[in-house]
Amino acid sequence: MSGFLVNASLISLLTLIAILALRLHRLFAVVMLSGAFSLVAATLFVVLDAVDVAFTEAAVGAGISSILALATLSLVPAEEKPHSIAFVPAFLALATAAMLAIAVTDLPAFGDVNAPIHNHVAPEFIKGSADDIGIPNVVTSVLASYRGYDTLGETVVIFTAAIAVLLVLGGFTRPHHPKNKSPKSQSRITKRRKNGEGKNAG
Amino acid sequence: MQDNPVIRVVSKVMIPTVMLFALYVQFHGDYGPGGGFQAGVIFAAAFVLNAMIFGLNRGRHVWPANLNLLAICAGVLLYGLTGVASFFFGANYLDYDVLGATAKSGQHIGILLVEFGVGLTVASVMVALFFTFAGRLTHIRLLSKMQAHEEVSPPANKPKKKRQTGARK
Repeated sequence: MSGFLVNASLISLLTLIAILALRLHRLFAVVMLSGAFSLVAATLFVVLDAVDVAFTEAAVGAGISSILALATLSLVPAEEKPHSIAFVPAFLALATAAMLAIAVTDLPAFGDVNAPIHNHVAPEFIKGSADDIGIPNVVTSVLASYRGYDTLGETVVIFTAAIAVLLVLGGFTRPHHPKNKSPKSQSRITKRRKNGEGKNAG
Repeated sequence: MQDNPVIRVVSKVMIPTVMLFALYVQFHGDYGPGGGFQAGVIFAAAFVLNAMIFGLNRGRHVWPANLNLLAICAGVLLYGLTGVASFFFGANYLDYDVLGATAKSGQHIGILLVEFGVGLTVASVMVALFFTFAGRLTHIRLLSKMQAHEEVSPPANKPKKKRQTGARK
């Protein structure tokens, strides 16, 4: 009963935060709400006994993402532009939500031992972790050893994303000194920058 | 934010604590929740906090950009080369059994190394992302200032544009 109460209150809090974030037009408040959303989601993961996921969600979702969004906020206007409801995307979103809701009824019950996910490789990993790897945290042994290739792939994804962001957002470029560049290309670059800035400020 | 003494003093206590906690999460990941990803983000948060409180320039001074790039690559390389090291002992890629005296100690060494690689990459990527995003504003301001300078110094051939720059200032 108490478990049900905790789950119900957490999920209704999540829904409330999501609706508030949709309704508000002040972007600072929306960023703060998305951080709160991540924190509540992390609590929900703790309730589901997924402590490592909760840890990641709290650190990445509530921490770094909010800070990056705040750093971006200093470049854009404080208020969202008012716009009318776009009906086609709204219909698509509602249809997807309805399909997901129908699909949820087909999922095995939470903690069901006969669920397919618990009968594939998971029992082997849980049983073998103590003998093969010898560390108490099974999550780490699956992440770093049994599924080492996947984690290598994830690290490379982060690496690639960082390289792309640094290339696009000018981490490698320096403001060109007029003496180093031909005047034609210089004025073209700065003009484009200025136009971009004008759009953001207006 | 830089002038508030409360924030400055509290952050000076907090930053080393956050870094210590990140190291705990990094190297205690075998025994409790945590690991390279979480530790990297927490470690980066300490540097982001430092840059937010004491200014971006001082933050960049603490964690220079070229060193950061090196760290991003070094983390991925450490992970990949730990896998390659298994080859020299006659095992498959990323099979840590052969890295130590026994299979378990080998696994322990391998997991420690790859988790450290993940942590290094994640921490430096997060710092790089923050510095890039936060540095955009000064970058744009500097460019527009240089544009104004460039148009004022030679005899102006585009008076219309010059007026625009003045109005912006």
